[in-house]
Amino acid sequence: MTLAKRIIPCLDVDAGRVVKGVKFVEIRDAGDPVEVARRYDEQGADEITFLDITASSDNRDTMVHVVEEVASQVFIPLTVGGGIRTLDDIRRMLIAGADKISINTAAIKNPSFVGEASDRFGAQCIVVAIDAKCTSSGHEPRHWEIFTHGGRNATGIDAIEWAVQMEQQGAGEILLTSMDRDGTRDGFDLELTRAISEAVNIPVIASGGVGCLEHLVDGVIKGKADAVLAASIFHFGEYTVQEAKAIMSQHGIEVRI
Amino acid sequence: MSKIAVLDYGTSNLRSVAKALEFVAVGQHDILVTDQRREILNADRVVFPGQGAVGQCMKSLKDSGLDDIVRECINTKPFLGICLGLQSLMQTSDEDGGVEGLGIIPGKVVRFPDNVKDEHGDICKIPHMGWNRVNQQAPHPLWKNIEDGARFYFVHSYYVQAENDEDIAAKTNYATEFTSAVASGNIFATQFHPEKSQHAGLTLLKNFLNWEIS
Repeated sequence: MTLAKRIIPCLDVDAGRVVKGVKFVEIRDAGDPVEVARRYDEQGADEITFLDITASSDNRDTMVHVVEEVASQVFIPLTVGGGIRTLDDIRRMLIAGADKISINTAAIKNPSFVGEASDRFGAQCIVVAIDAKCTSSGHEPRHWEIFTHGGRNATGIDAIEWAVQMEQQGAGEILLTSMDRDGTRDGFDLELTRAISEAVNIPVIASGGVGCLEHLVDGVIKGKADAVLAASIFHFGEYTVQEAKAIMSQHGIEVRI
Repeated sequence: MSKIAVLDYGTSNLRSVAKALEFVAVGQHDILVTDQRREILNADRVVFPGQGAVGQCMKSLKDSGLDDIVRECINTKPFLGICLGLQSLMQTSDEDGGVEGLGIIPGKVVRFPDNVKDEHGDICKIPHMGWNRVNQQAPHPLWKNIEDGARFYFVHSYYVQAENDEDIAAKTNYATEFTSAVASGNIFATQFHPEKSQHAGLTLLKNFLNWEIS
């Protein structure tokens, strides 16, 4: 196997500004998505994901401009997610220079939206984001459900069945976030990651819970993830993407150096 | 100023390709994203990008009449195909229940086999998505300053089987060994996306802008 496992820094963007405080050393404007994306590009990030967390729809156009700016200076794949509801939302982001579009709530409301998007724009640019939470108790075998609204609202949908259904609809990739681990720095939910990765034949990006570089290694080796996504460990300058790749490489994982 | 036409036949995301070309052209070349026959025929170089499904791609190409323009351009000027821009050059594709291509390069387009395991026993996922090694098969001006085996960004479920070894410019391993670039006369075409492949990709695009066909 010579295909490299990917490392994907994720940026939350609100009204055109990077939030959750990126703290790089020697960065002029840590809130500027273009500058932050350039920094990650220089560090060797394999892709960059932007999550638009803007609450008001008035500010949605701002994201289009952000993507345009980044895409004219950073030449690696860019994924955009957050608030994508219509085929026209997807089209606008692709025209602005996004390569992949991540769909979450809109897929839950209408699963065939993923199929329509995939038919129209190609499976290669449709990522389905799955936010899953463990709902089994005690000694039951673990199972996971899809949650919306940052893990607050249960949908009753089984996460593994949902991943398979999204693949059948034409998703090209799955971005899997463990809502139990998100923000904990305890590492990925490896059992969940592996269960989803082995249930589908499309690439799976593991997300949620990364606190150190060994967690990235575990995500690939134990979780069978095709790519790993992290936010805070890179934002606060604790680790660089190069350091992450060096550790992964030491563990025998193919990376792009 | 020389003119570079990026073929716009209504289906693919062309912005990425145009932006990367603008970045390396640094004011030396005009980049035109166009479906105008005259502009394309008058251009000094032509880029034929493509994403999505080959059936829709071939249909749009024929509906817009740009298929004939492609045939004309490949004999007269440097021509760069990217992804579907490579696959469309072949004779046939298995995608969408079987599609006839432009038939410019002998060979066909087939889907990656399912359930092939890598050396760790893990299934090779489809699409083939990410950075993989491009092993150069023959010297070419477009490989200038690009290391043999350099990684480029791929995203595709179908791949090209070129009939003639002399048309194969590069090979890549994923589930099988496949043709990741072809070169024939004025044509250079890649399965990977140079516009998304950072330094190596930008170098290849720059080499294309500087390519003098003897």
